[in-house]
Amino acid sequence: MFDIDLWREIFQSINMNRTRSLLSGFTVAFAILLFTILFGIANGLQNTFAEAFVDDANNSISIRSGRTTKAHKGLQAGRRIQFKNEDFNYIKEDFDDKVEFITARIYKNFQASFKGEQNRYNIRAVHPDHQFLEKTKIKEGRYINQNDLNNKTKSVVIGRLVEEDLFLKTRALGKYLNLGGIQFKVIGVFTDDGGDNEERQIYMPVTTAQYLYGNNDYIDQINLTYNPEMDYDQALAFSTLLTKKLKNRFSVARSDQRAVRVRNMAEGTKAISQMTVGLTFIILVIGFGTLIAGIVGVSNIMIFIVKERTKEIGIRKALGASPRSIVSIILIESILITAIAGYFGLLLGVGVLEWVGPNLKEYFIKDPGVSNGLVIGATLTLIIAGAIAGYLPAKKASRIKPIVALRND
Amino acid sequence: MLKIHQLHKSYAIGDSSLHVLKGIDLNVEEGEMVAIMGSSGSGKSTLLNIIGMLDEADSGEYILDELPIKNLTEKKAAVYRNKFLGFIFQSFNLINYKTALENVALPLYYQGLKRKERQEKALFHLGKVGLADWAKHLPKELSGGQKQRVAIARALAANPKLLLADEPTGALDTKTSYDIMAFIQQLNDEGKTILMVTHEEDIANMCKRIVRLRDGVIMEDKKVNQVRAEQYV
Repeated sequence: MFDIDLWREIFQSINMNRTRSLLSGFTVAFAILLFTILFGIANGLQNTFAEAFVDDANNSISIRSGRTTKAHKGLQAGRRIQFKNEDFNYIKEDFDDKVEFITARIYKNFQASFKGEQNRYNIRAVHPDHQFLEKTKIKEGRYINQNDLNNKTKSVVIGRLVEEDLFLKTRALGKYLNLGGIQFKVIGVFTDDGGDNEERQIYMPVTTAQYLYGNNDYIDQINLTYNPEMDYDQALAFSTLLTKKLKNRFSVARSDQRAVRVRNMAEGTKAISQMTVGLTFIILVIGFGTLIAGIVGVSNIMIFIVKERTKEIGIRKALGASPRSIVSIILIESILITAIAGYFGLLLGVGVLEWVGPNLKEYFIKDPGVSNGLVIGATLTLIIAGAIAGYLPAKKASRIKPIVALRND
Repeated sequence: MLKIHQLHKSYAIGDSSLHVLKGIDLNVEEGEMVAIMGSSGSGKSTLLNIIGMLDEADSGEYILDELPIKNLTEKKAAVYRNKFLGFIFQSFNLINYKTALENVALPLYYQGLKRKERQEKALFHLGKVGLADWAKHLPKELSGGQKQRVAIARALAANPKLLLADEPTGALDTKTSYDIMAFIQQLNDEGKTILMVTHEEDIANMCKRIVRLRDGVIMEDKKVNQVRAEQYV
C-alpha cells in the first residue's frame, strides 16, 4: 500500500539532515559515475576493434597458390601451382554443406580513363558471392550477377572513389569506362567500410576477365566463407581438411607451406573475441568493485545515521512505533538516497561520455557509451544496493530498546 | 487500575547480576497522582520503565486496566504503549527536526489516524497547554518550560489511561517547575491517573501519594495532603 505519510516522514528526515544525506549520496554517485565512464570506455574500445575487422566477413577463408618448395611424387621443387575453374568447382561441390559463399578472384591492374580523366586501378574479377564476402555495399545500380558471368558481359562495378576520380561530379552509372583499351559499361557504384583503398577497386565478372585476358580458365585466388553455424573448432578442422585435399590434388608435399596457402580468419577472430571477453570481464570486475565500495559506504553512513538517530528512534518507539515502521523508514530512506544519487551519477557519467567521447577517437576509443539496457539494469541494481546497504542498519535500528535510547545522559 | 504483585528485576553486570527490584507490590486506583521517590539506584526508574512497557520484569504480575502485561512482542508492546500510556521525560525528548505540532501529532500517526484528523487533535492539545501560537516552531526555538508543555501535549494526544512522568521537572528552574506541576495537577483534577518519578521533596508533596523506594523494596507508601502548585506561580 502506498503510504503517503511514510513518504512524508522520509522526505522530512532527508530534508532536515541535508549534509548527511548529501554525504551518503556522494559515495554512490561517485561510484556510479566511475562505473559508467569505465563501461563507456570499454564499449568504445570494443567498437574500435569491431570496426577494424568489419571489412571482411569474419568467417572467411582465403586460398592462394605459389611455387612448390619441395619435390614430391617425382615432381620437382619450384613448380608453379595454378588454380583453374575446375578447382573452384571442386571446392564448391565437394564442400557444399560447409561453404556459405564462395568466389574466385583474378587480379589485374589497368589504366582506366573517362573523357579527359585517367588513373591506374586494381581490378578484381570475381563471382557474385564476392559482394557478401567483402561486405560491399551497393550505392547505385547493382553488383555482378550470374547473367554477367554466363554472357561474359563487359560490365564493371566501380568504387565510390573511382567515380569521384574519373567522373568528377557526374554520375558514372550507365556510362562507358575505358579499361586498358576496352570499353566497359558501369553497372554499379559501391562503398566499402574497409577504407579508401577498397573504394578504389573495380570489379568485373570472372568469366569476362578470363575470356579477354588470355582466353584461359586461370584463377589467382579463391575466397570463401564457411557455414556460420560451425564453431571455432569445426572451422579449423574444415580449413585443415581443405588444405590437405588441395595439396593432394596438386601433388604437393604436406609440409610444403608455399604451394597452397589456406588462411582462416577464424584464428584472428578468436583472438579478438577472447580479448573482448577479457576486457569486458575486467571492466565488470572493476565496475562492480566500485559499486560495492559505494554500497559499503552507504551502509557505513546508514549505520552512523542510525546511531545518530538512536534517541529519535527510541522516542518513536515509546510513542508506539512498531519495529516494522522503523525498518521501513531507514530502509526506504537508504533506497531513496542510493537511487537518486546513483541516477545522478549515471546521468553525469553519460554526460561526460557524450562530451569527451568524440575527442577520444585517436586513443582507439570510438563512440563510447552505455546502452539503455545497462541504464535500466544499473537503476535496478541501485535500488537493490540501497536495500542491501540499508537493511543491516535498519534491522539494528528496530532492535534499539527505547529504555536505552531514552536514558538521560 | 494498576496492579503490581511481587515484581522482580535483575540486570546482568559482567559476571554478577544486580537485583534492582526485590518484590514490589503496588496498587494504583484511577484518578490517583503518585510520586515514586528514592535515591539513585533505588530502582525507581526501573519500576517506571516496567510500568511503561519499555522494559520487562523477570517475574511477578503486572496488570494494567485488567490487562495482564506479560510476554509482549515488540509489536504488541508498541501498540499498548501507544494506546494506554503517555510519557513525559526529564529531557523532553522532542524530535528536533519536527515542529511542535508535528511532535504532538506523532503518537496519532502511529495510531493510524488521517493527517487532517491528526493535525486537528494535535492543535487542540497544544491549545490546552497554551502553545497554539507556537505550533509551527521547532523545539530549539522554545524555552525549557515550553518544550515540556509540548511533551505533555504529546503525551495527552493519544488520550492515554496512564501518564508516566520521569523527573518531569528535573531540567527546569523552580518557577517553571511549579508552572508545569500546576498544569499536571490540573490534568489530575480532570481525572487523569498520573505516576511520577522524582527525587525532589517539594515536587513529591504536590502529588496525592508518595511511594518511597530503597534498594529495590518499598519502604513507605503514604497518602499526603496535596500542596497546590498554583500558589507559587
